[in-house]
Amino acid sequence: MLLMENVSVSYKTKKSIYLVIQNLSLQIDRGEALIILGPSGCGKSTLINTLAGTVSPDTGTIQFVKDGKIQDLNPITHKIGIIPQNCGLLPWKTVRENCLLPLKIRKEQMNEEGKRDIQKIYEALDIADLLDRYPRQLSGGQVQRVAIARSFILRPDLLLMDEPFSSLDAISREDARELFLKIWKQYRPTTILVTHSIEEALHLGSRIIVMGTCKGDIVYEMVNPYFGKSKPDNVEYLITKQLLREKLKTNVEKEEACV
Amino acid sequence: MYKILNKCRVFLQGFLLLNLVWLIASLLLNINVIPSPFAVYKDLGSLFTNKIIIHILYSLRRIALGLVLSLAVGIPTGIIMAYSEKANRILYPLIYFSYPIPKTALLPIAMLLWGMRDGSKIAIIFLIIVFQVIVSVRDSVLNINASMYQVVTSAGASKSQIIRHVTLPAILPELLTSIRVSLGTAVSILFFVEAYGTKYGMGYYIIDAWSRINYIDMYAGILVISVIGFALFVLVDYAAEKICKWC
Repeated sequence: MLLMENVSVSYKTKKSIYLVIQNLSLQIDRGEALIILGPSGCGKSTLINTLAGTVSPDTGTIQFVKDGKIQDLNPITHKIGIIPQNCGLLPWKTVRENCLLPLKIRKEQMNEEGKRDIQKIYEALDIADLLDRYPRQLSGGQVQRVAIARSFILRPDLLLMDEPFSSLDAISREDARELFLKIWKQYRPTTILVTHSIEEALHLGSRIIVMGTCKGDIVYEMVNPYFGKSKPDNVEYLITKQLLREKLKTNVEKEEACV
Repeated sequence: MYKILNKCRVFLQGFLLLNLVWLIASLLLNINVIPSPFAVYKDLGSLFTNKIIIHILYSLRRIALGLVLSLAVGIPTGIIMAYSEKANRILYPLIYFSYPIPKTALLPIAMLLWGMRDGSKIAIIFLIIVFQVIVSVRDSVLNINASMYQVVTSAGASKSQIIRHVTLPAILPELLTSIRVSLGTAVSILFFVEAYGTKYGMGYYIIDAWSRINYIDMYAGILVISVIGFALFVLVDYAAEKICKWC
């Protein structure tokens, strides 16, 4: 379980300090897939950076409960998998090296069973034949699948995804989402996915929160009954979609008042 | 390998064409200063009696020391400038100002500071290469996509692991390109830096033959230094192809 209490994050420039997130509190249960929906510039990516350990919060606490033990979230004590917007594959490492990099960094030894599990992930994501290629030799969809494999091979306590499917065309995006769901259901890591796509939020999130443009405030929250269902053809789904769109729109209108 | 073979083919074409121009010029002008290429090639055997290998080794040693020193200073400086805004603020104006200064103009100062022997020669070669190294390393590090840091940091990487897995591989292609360019300049500078305080080196060989009005030997020396320059160029290209397989 992830617990965030009154977290504030700011960016400092030469002349001023920009407060991006102010007093954000969140709780994400173990095995939950939380979608953070919000317009550009609302602080979604800053939240991911903070949880990934690349940005430090100014105030507040971020804790993780694992095996009944509560500890400050830390990339060294906790396994944090990440799929950034452009997937973040290192161009100088082969697909295999990229996939195993988090394990190598954590100096984790692999037994036979671990190796078999990794092979299963390669096969489930259909990248077993691409292992010796470099990222530049892959298509957009293949890059996406490699990034998903890399994050699941780590068996993360927390999985962070920052608009992971935004760079793909419509067909590849659909395939990548389905593959992601398939493998997610097997391992069920606690997941935070940020996106600005309502469709993606309804497809991949067990819970959805809509973030405002005023320093990362939460303006709406819902448990998603359409989790795992791709484009259900019913009226309630369309009404929910419309509702989320309204919430996002109101947000953008509020932005001026916020500034 | 194909790329290197292609470069050798281009070199051979250029080499033959240049020899043709040289032959025509020697026939038309018919003066001692431009001997026939046939006369020079016929005399190439004398290079070995003149211990050309020792001259080549001396020159290569000076270039290698200058290069190693440049890398040892340039790589950390470039990385520090990229990661520390403060360091960049202090060092960038210095680099920006010093980069275009013709380094041969600093030869008298180098002579006064490090003497007439190898010290000043290596210092000039170092000055030619080091600025290119610093600038290319700094720019390469600045161009690293933030998502790569995200991936390794979230996995719990230490600073040294980030340098090893992200920073160093990211600078390699640009670094090798800048080494290739600056090595060419370093070879051409041999003519100046080996004109004093030594009896060995390719530059000395050419100047010595010139002063003895032995134009055949002088041309042979020029041919050898050109081949050395090209060999270094190809060697760095080959290394880049082998090391930077992902490019």
